[in-house]
This record gives sequence, structure tokens and C-alpha cells, in this order.
Amino acid sequence: MEPAEALLTLAGLSKAYAGPVLLDVSLDLRPGEVHALVGENGAGKTTLARIVAGLTRPDAGAMTLAGQAYAPASKHDAERAGVRMVMQELNLIPNLSIAENLFLGNLPSRLGMVCNRRLRAQAREAMARVGLDGVPPDRPVRALGVGQQQLVEIAAGLAGHCRVLILDEPTAALTEAETARLFGEIRRLRRQGAAILYISHRMEEILQIADRITVLRDGRIVGMRIVGGASRPRGPAREGSTQEAGTARHQWDDGTVALSRESATIPAPPPAPRGDTPATRKDTSATAPAGTVGGTSSSPDSRREDTPPARHAPPAARKDARPTSAALLDEIIRLMVGRDLGEVQRPARPQTGAIALRVAGLSRGAAIRDVSFEAREGEILGLAGLMGSGRTETLRAIFGADRPDAGQVFLGGSPRPARIRSPRDAVRLGLALVTEDRKQQGLLLPLPIRHNVTLARLEALAGPGGVLRSGEEEAVAQRLARTLGIQCRSVEQPVAELSGGTQQKVVMARWLYRDCRVLLLDEPTRGIDVGTKFALYQLLSGLAEQGKAIVMASSDLLELLAMCDRIAVMSAGRLAATFARGEWTQDKIMAAALSGYAASAAKAAV
Amino acid sequence: MMSEDETPRWRRHLARAAFEYAGLVAVLLGLLGVFEALIWVRSGRHFVTVNVLELIAAQVPDSVIIAVGMTYVLILGGIDLSVGSVLALSSSVLGVMLSLSRVPLHALSLWTFTAAVAACLGVGMACGLANGFITVRWRLPSFIVTLGMLEMARGGAYLVSSSQTQYIGRAIEIVASTRLFGLPIPFVLALYIVVVGQFCLSRTVFGRYVVAIGTNEEAVRLSGIDPRPVKRAVFRLCGLLAAVAALLQTGRLSSADPNAGTGCELQAIAAVVIGGTSLMGGRGSVVASFFGVLIIAVLGAGLVQLGAQEPTKRLITGGVIIAAVIADYYRRRMARQGRE
Repeated sequence: MEPAEALLTLAGLSKAYAGPVLLDVSLDLRPGEVHALVGENGAGKTTLARIVAGLTRPDAGAMTLAGQAYAPASKHDAERAGVRMVMQELNLIPNLSIAENLFLGNLPSRLGMVCNRRLRAQAREAMARVGLDGVPPDRPVRALGVGQQQLVEIAAGLAGHCRVLILDEPTAALTEAETARLFGEIRRLRRQGAAILYISHRMEEILQIADRITVLRDGRIVGMRIVGGASRPRGPAREGSTQEAGTARHQWDDGTVALSRESATIPAPPPAPRGDTPATRKDTSATAPAGTVGGTSSSPDSRREDTPPARHAPPAARKDARPTSAALLDEIIRLMVGRDLGEVQRPARPQTGAIALRVAGLSRGAAIRDVSFEAREGEILGLAGLMGSGRTETLRAIFGADRPDAGQVFLGGSPRPARIRSPRDAVRLGLALVTEDRKQQGLLLPLPIRHNVTLARLEALAGPGGVLRSGEEEAVAQRLARTLGIQCRSVEQPVAELSGGTQQKVVMARWLYRDCRVLLLDEPTRGIDVGTKFALYQLLSGLAEQGKAIVMASSDLLELLAMCDRIAVMSAGRLAATFARGEWTQDKIMAAALSGYAASAAKAAV
Repeated sequence: MMSEDETPRWRRHLARAAFEYAGLVAVLLGLLGVFEALIWVRSGRHFVTVNVLELIAAQVPDSVIIAVGMTYVLILGGIDLSVGSVLALSSSVLGVMLSLSRVPLHALSLWTFTAAVAACLGVGMACGLANGFITVRWRLPSFIVTLGMLEMARGGAYLVSSSQTQYIGRAIEIVASTRLFGLPIPFVLALYIVVVGQFCLSRTVFGRYVVAIGTNEEAVRLSGIDPRPVKRAVFRLCGLLAAVAALLQTGRLSSADPNAGTGCELQAIAAVVIGGTSLMGGRGSVVASFFGVLIIAVLGAGLVQLGAQEPTKRLITGGVIIAAVIADYYRRRMARQGRE
């Protein structure tokens, strides 16, 4: 196949914060293609997107846009060059109207006065593209739901001149109809020759829309695949597409897909720089150059057989030797995961512990609807679900951070409901909550580690008159830092200077010192480097063995599969299903996670 | 990884304190030096004399005590604009109660005197209580609540005193004129409050909570600590200290003036900020605020000796406040870079 002229080329991009986030990433985007970027949370997708969009500067590497050197210093720079990004987090100004948000960068004006009529007209046009035609453009953004806000964000990205469009998890809050419309817009852009970098966790969508898929893992590109299976719908976009799309179709017709020349030219990942997870690196080198069509790995690692996400392609697909989407998906997931969870795999254990936490009929607005479950001592209960399914809200309501409308929480097998009206009550009764957003809701960033770890149980260190025994406090902090392996110069170091993973350890240390019986964790490994992640897994396993009940909400399904004894799946505020270890598969969990969204339930059927 | 420091803790504390206050002490000594030089050149007189230092020691106690309360409020992330008016109200209450008894002051019974002082302190604390309660209960910005209290307390002061300065006479002067270790009692009291205030801030659970709440209130709440009682206590404390300052000021002037303390909230904030306490909360020191008050006082005294008029004085004081904040910015940036 002719290597098409690349519109945007990334060469050797690297970026490190506390640890490396991107390592020598090279990639090209061609005009008229949708290039999907997949990988687990923390694989570096968003960082890569931010570099392209001018929001982050790379430490090393270069980019070229249409043959010219491209090094945007700001988002504005990138937009002038025609590179736009729709962000994962909403970046709207709540008090301004939709129209003002859409054109904030270049409000139509005359003599310095905003020309409202022109603004509204332009806004209506942009909003119609994403299906927001029914909404008045004067409405303030705060009055919109999350899904609609997401659409506004997308409309803003689509509104301007755009050669490269980056979409970071654009459909997380969208209904199926909205997603379909978005895909229509993406196809239109593709026809016009724009290149689209599409980041998503939703494989079904990627298989629907993407031409090529690049897989990132731990900051490196571990493989690239061309999409083209029997199940891939051939929309009208294909017919009018540019020449290289035509060449690609030729390939699909041939049925020889999975490894084309360009995926062979992907540089093999450099040798592992760190010795701590050798198994991971071994897998990397094994998988990247392999990949036969059916998705069966060429060097099946015996350990990988245990890896939870092994989704087996239906036998029909293999016989066919055609890369059906199921087989491709199988392969992509292998590439994404490729790491060894064996060390922390917890054996299935009989549930003998007494009930430590029982939640009955918990409700709060539309976020939590009649949620009931229980967690036993020594058990790790996973809380799975899509973004916005109510996991965070449930944990917060149990902890008393938000007041539930209805429902009870029972602790320690007591027949009487616990009276939890504030986090203070919860902590006194032996509950602990590790929040999702540790910087905003967990840590005292400018203060030393010592202050942070003793905060929840200062009274234990105080003598008469509340005078702290500072020697004892220092000893406690040092002991905790040692036990948890908190990497720091001393316990007097401000928490703000620590890496994300170390910060999370500080939060864990606080609750270890408080000595709780039930530990509620919300996305405990978000934004944490791999090494620390495993340390946390081990810590949690150890705590469970000590008889603590752990409820852990996570978007990282593999993490839940590896860690939990049972997984409860939330969907649209309800508890959709609970699976015990051995009963679950990723498909079942995903199906349950989607079941609450009636309209989008069809998406689950890949 | 861990650096196990073998030096005794108190020595490390001392070293850290010395480092923390070295800048402020240097500024203070520098100011004294500059004025000494300028005045000597201009008039051949000395600036740093026992008289001048005594004058400063007599003047600063009220400001110091108010600055201590303000430091706590600012560290908490709040602000208290009402201290000046609260001072006037407390002072008026004290003055009215002492003059109501219509007995010669030397014959004033201890009971009446105690009752008057208690009422004075009680009124101040009540104002602080109201500030704290309203701020916490309805989650209002303390700026607005205490702005309201500023008006109300001033109105109250006029009402109580019928807008007249109450002359109390010499008996109350005992408060101001007695000496302890050769220092006027008010100054000793102010020093004592500074020391206790600093100790509470850095070494007690209460102080730790104040700093933590000022840093990240939500994190504190989610750690199982109710921040509300702490916040209320800080405002109460600030009101109480304003009343203590009123007591000292009334003693010094032997009269209770309902116009007293006008603008002293801003002076206190300026002193606290010069000391390096953050207006955003979470960072600050009582001792540093003490130095801040001294710097402003020395500046004022020096400018007066140089023959500067009130307008010039205010111009320069304002400039110093801004310069102090800018200097603090660089100091913190250097500290940050030093760590990296």
C-alpha cells in the first residue's frame, strides 16, 4: 500500500512529569482518516493529545504539520494552525451563554461591541451540527446537563477552521443518538480531508469510526492496527473518501489486514528502562511485532492466559481468517493490557467474614437510585460502572459527605442503621473515604507529609490542652512513610512536591493511622504510575487480609478484575448486577454497566 | 529516601525559626539603622533612644494584640474587618460602666471594676461569636459579614456612649503605667499573647486544624473533622482580642472614645501581611505578625522624627506594605527553588 502523505507527523515525542508519561512516541495522521488512540487510563493518551493541541510542551521530539515544523506554544497557536481539541474535562464557563462559550476566542464584534445577532446566528449553526438545535443559544451553560455541555464543547471544536481535530473521550456523557450524530459530523470532516485523532475507551465506537487504531501502553506505542472487518459498517463517508481511503479499502477487500506495512514499521519499543516489572516489558516485545490476523498471539505466555481480559474471539471469526471486529478487539485489548497482573492476583477465597458494611436502599436524586449491597470483612468489593453511573456519589453518600434522600447504612452486622450525618460521624464509626480527586478533596498540598498523615487522628497525639507531642508525631509520620514506602526527603517535605502516586500513598497513610474498619476508595489508582499502582494493590490486599472491608470504585476494569472478590456494577445510578470472582467476564460486566442506559444499550452489542 | 536527622528537635526548631524570622528582623534593624543615620545627619540627634523605644513599646500593644487575632482569621482563609469597631464598642462599654458608678475612681470597688472589664471582654467576644456564627451557619464570605459588623459595632459604640468620649480619670492609668521587668504591663501582656498565640498555632490540635482548614477545608471535612466549631472559635478569639486591645487602649488614654480604632483593621491586616501571612489562608505566623506591627510602628515613629507630615507618612507606609508583599513573593519562590 502506498504510504499516504501524512498531514501531521509526530516523531519521538517524550514527556515526563513525576515519572515518564510518554516515551518516544511516533505517529502520523493522514488527511481523511480517523485515527483512534486507545490504552488504559494513564497510558498517556491525553498527554499526547494535549501536546498536539498546544496545551503541553513535549520534553523531546518534534512534530510537522503539512510538511512544516509544528511546535505550538499555546492552544491559540494550535488553533491558528488548524488543530483543535475537544477536551475530556469540560472547559466551559458556566455563567456565559452557549453562544459566548462557543466563540469566546473570536466574538463577532463591531467597534469593540459584541454583535449579538451575528453571534447567535453563528452559534445556531454550530449547535445544529451536533444536534443542539432545540436549545436557545442564549442559555447559560450551567443550565445544561453534562451531556449537552459535552455537545457544546464538541460544537466549539467543530466550529472553527480545522485540519486536525482531537476528540478526547467525546462520547462519555452522550446518548446513542447524540453519538450517532457526532459520528456523522466526524465522517463529514473526514470527507473534507481533515485528520481526526479519536481517543476513547469505547471499543465499539472505535471499531465503528476509526480507520487505524494505535495502542499506547505506559507511554509507548505498542502496536497499530488497521480497522476493516466484515462487521464494519460502510457508511457513505467511505464512498466519497480520499484516495488513501480507497487504497485502504482495497486492502479490506483483500482480507489481509491486521499487519500492514506501516504497522511493521512501528519502532519496536525500546528496552525496558526499569527493572521493577520485567514481566511487563517481556510482554511488550512479545506482542508488538506479532499479531496474526485472528488475534491469536504468536507467543502465548502461560501467565497471560490468566490475564482477565482474555476475550476469546468466536471460533467462526478465526476460521474465516478475516479480521472481524471481535478478533481485532481481542487483539487490541491484549495490546492494551499486556501487563502481568499475576503477582497481585488474589485467589478466590470463600467469603466467611462477617458483614462489615450493608447499604440498603440508598438514594440521592437521580445520581443514586435504590442501591443496596454488602461488603464483608476481608473482602474487596469492586464498584464498576461507566463515568457518571453513580459510583462516586454512592461512596460519598455512605460516608456522609452528601446527605442521601433515603436509605440506610448498617455497620458491623448491627441490626440498627448507623447514624451517619457527616464525614465526622462516618470516621468515628470506622469508615474511611479515599476520594477521587485527591488534590482538591484529600490533601493539604502545601503542608508537610507529617501534617497530612496525622490529620485524621490528631487527638491521639495530643496531651492536655490539645498540645501536640511533636516528637511522637514525627515518629508516627516516619513510621508510616517507611511502611508505605513514601518516597520523600523527609516527612517535613510538602505534599505538593510529591508525585501523584506518592501523594496517594500519603492519603492511604492517613487512613491507616486512623485505623478504619471499612475503607471506601474512589478511583484509587487514577493518574498513578505503574510501580506505585502495584504497591497500592499489595497494600489493599494486605489490608483485606487483616480483615478490613474494602469497597473500591474504579474505571480500570482490569484492576477490579485482578483485585476484587466481588464486583458490583452500577449503571445510571442503580446497582445493575453483582458478580463473584469466577462468575464474571468483561462482557458481562460491560453489559451490566450499559444496561441502565436503555437508549444506549444497543452499543454494548459489538 | 528518609533523612534521619540526629540533631535534637529543639535545635532544629530554633534553626528553622531563626531562618523564618531572619528577614523580618533584618528589615526591622535596617529601618532603625536608616532612621538613625538620617536623623543624625539632619539634626545631629539620635533616633534609637530609650525614649523612642519606650514610646513604641507604649503604642504597639493594642495593635499587636489585634494583629494576633487577625493572623488566626487570615490563616483560616477569612478576614475580620470589624475589629476596629469592636474595639470602640468594648471600650465604650468599659468607659460607661466605670463612669456610671459615679464614685471617685480611687474608691472604685474591685467588684465594679471587674464587672466592667468582664463586660468589655464579653461584648468583644459576643461580636466575634456573631461574626463566626453567621459566617459558618450561612456559609457567607466573612468579608461581608464582618463589614456589616463593622457598621453595627460602631453604631453600638455611639449608642452606648451617647457619642461622647468618656473620661475615666487616673485610676485606670494603673493598667498602662505599671511596669514589669522594666517594661510597661501592656507590652508584657502583648508579648505574652504573641507567645501563647504562636504556641497554639504551631503546637496544638486547634492550631493545626486552623492551618489545615485554611489550606483545604473540604479535605479536612472529609478527614472526619468538623471545621465549623474551629472557624467559630477563631472569630470568637479575634473579637475577644479586640476587646483586650480596647482595655489597654482605654487605660493608656484614660478615656473611652467611640471613634477609637477607626481604620485599625486595615493596619492590622497590613502588619499581618508584612509578616508574610497569606491572605489566601493556610500559611502564617503570629510572631511574624508581631514583627510586622513593629515595622509599621518604627516606620511611623521615624518618619515623625524626620518631620514628615501625616500624608507623607501614609504614602510611605502604603508603599512599604506593597513592597513587603512583593518581597514575600520572591522569598517563597527562592525557597521553592532551593528545595528543588
